[in-house]
Amino acid sequence: MLEDLLFQLQIGLPQVALGLVNGAFYALLSLGLAVIFGMLNVINFAHGAQFMMGAFVAWMMLSWLGIGYWPALILAPLIVGAFGVLLEKTMISRLYKLDHLYGLLLTFGLALIIEGVFRNQFGSSGMPYAPPAALGGPPVDLGFMFMPVYRLWVVVAALVMSLVTWLVIEKTRLGAYLRAATENAALVQAFGVNVPRMITLTYGAGVALAAFAGVLAAPIYSVNPQMGSNLIIVVFAVVVIGGMGSILGSVLTGFGLGLVEGLTKVFYPEASSTVIFVIMAIVLLARPAGLFGRA
Amino acid sequence: MAEPLLKVAGLQAWYGESHVLHGVDIEVREGEVVTLLGRNGAGKTTTLRSIMGLVGRRSGSVRFEGQELVSARSDRIARAGIALCPEERGIFASLDVTENLLLPPVVRPGGMDLDAIYTLFPNLKERARSPGTRLSGGEQQMLAIARILRTGAKLLMLDEPTEGLAPVIVQQIGQTIRTIKERGFTVLLVEQNFRFAQTVADRHYVMEHGHVVDAVSNAEMAGAMDRLHGYLGV
Repeated sequence: MLEDLLFQLQIGLPQVALGLVNGAFYALLSLGLAVIFGMLNVINFAHGAQFMMGAFVAWMMLSWLGIGYWPALILAPLIVGAFGVLLEKTMISRLYKLDHLYGLLLTFGLALIIEGVFRNQFGSSGMPYAPPAALGGPPVDLGFMFMPVYRLWVVVAALVMSLVTWLVIEKTRLGAYLRAATENAALVQAFGVNVPRMITLTYGAGVALAAFAGVLAAPIYSVNPQMGSNLIIVVFAVVVIGGMGSILGSVLTGFGLGLVEGLTKVFYPEASSTVIFVIMAIVLLARPAGLFGRA
Repeated sequence: MAEPLLKVAGLQAWYGESHVLHGVDIEVREGEVVTLLGRNGAGKTTTLRSIMGLVGRRSGSVRFEGQELVSARSDRIARAGIALCPEERGIFASLDVTENLLLPPVVRPGGMDLDAIYTLFPNLKERARSPGTRLSGGEQQMLAIARILRTGAKLLMLDEPTEGLAPVIVQQIGQTIRTIKERGFTVLLVEQNFRFAQTVADRHYVMEHGHVVDAVSNAEMAGAMDRLHGYLGV
C-alpha cells in the first residue's frame, strides 16, 4: 500500500513541481492583493485585469516596438503601475469613506471594462509570446524530472520578488510607515507623513506586482484578455486561506496551495480544480481570519 | 510683546453633527509649559486634536509662529513644528520599540538625538527589539513622548500623559516634562490632575463645555484652589 503511494508520487513528481509554478503566480498575485488590502482596505477586483495588462503591455512592446522580454519585465510593471496610480487618484480614492463593498464593486466594474476593451481590440483567441532566448534552452534535469528553464525561472523570480517585497515592508523605514499607517493612518499623517500619497503609491506598487506576474506569465499561457479572470478566482481563495493583508501568509499560502493542487493531480485528479476551494471552506469554518491573519 | 508661539482664537470644532468646541482661546509662549484643565468631556482632547488637524470640521484661528493653520492638513501642521502625543498613546503593535521611536519623520533641525533620548529613557534602549505594545503602560507613555522629541517639533502637545499610571511613573513623567522644558521645548499639556499640573506648568487654562472659562498662573494657583475645586469637582 505504502509502496503503491510512493510509486504514484514518484511518477507524479513532475506534476507537483509544475504545481509550484502555479503557486508562484498565486503567491505573486495574492502578495499584491495583500499589499493593497493592508493599506487601502480595498479588495482589488481589478487585479486579474491588471495582471493581464502586464502580459499585453509586454506583448505590445515586443510586437510593435521590438522591445524584448527583459526590458518589458521592468517597463510593463511601471506602465501598468502608473495606470493604477491614475485609477486610484481619480476613482478609488473617493471611496475610502464608504463601506468596503463599494471599492469592491468599483474595481470589479473596472476589471470588466478593461477586459472588454482588450477583447474588443485583440479578440479572445490569444497571442503567443516566446520566452527570451536566454531562458529558452533545453529543460533542466532536476533528478526526478526535466523542468523547462523558463518555468524554473518563474519560480525563482517569484521567490525573489516576494522576498524583496517582504524585506521592504518589514525592514525599511518606508515599510514601517506602511505598517503603522495600516494600524492608525490618521496618527501617521499627524506625524508629518503624506499618507494620501503613500496610499496612491501603494496601490500603484500592488498593481505593478500584478503586471510583473503578467509578464512572467506571458510565455507560459497565451496572452489573452481572459488570462487574469481565470486565475484571479483561485487567487482570491488563496488570499482568504492565507489571511487578508498578511504578506508572509500570502506568499507561503500561494506556493503551498500550488503544491497541494499538484499533489491532488497525482492522487485524485478529478478534484484538482476544486481542492483549493474545499480548503478555503474548511479554513473559513475553522479559522475565519485565515491561516496567517490576525483576527 | 512678540506674538506667542501658538495663538488659538475662536476655535470651533465639530465631530460630525455635534458641535464640540465653541470658541476656544489659548496662547502659549515659546518655552512655556501650559496645561488645559477640565472635567471629562470639557473639550481638552478635542482642542489638541483640532490644533493638530485631526478633527474634520473646524473654524476660527490657529496661528503657529505667525502661520495660519486652521484649515491645513495634519501632515502640514506636523511639518510646521507641532507634535502630538495622543491620549491612547498610539504605539504601533506591528512595529518594534526602535521602529516606533524612529517613525515620526524629522521635520526640522533641533530635535534631540537618539543618545540623548536613551539617556532620558534608558528602558527604551534595553527593550529596543520588543514589539511596541509589549511594553508596560509607563514605558509606552515614555516611548510616545520620546518619539516626538526627535522630530524637531517646537510645540509638544501631551494628552493626559499620567493617566492610569503608578505614582512613581507619574513622578518620572513630571521629571521628563521639566527636562524637556529646560531643553527649550514648549509644551501644551492636557491634565485632569491639577496637583500634577502644578508641579510642571507655568500657567493653566480651565475648560468647560467646549470653551476656556478661566486662566490661572502657577503662582496664583494656591490662592485659586477653591475656584479650581469648583470647576473640576474634586
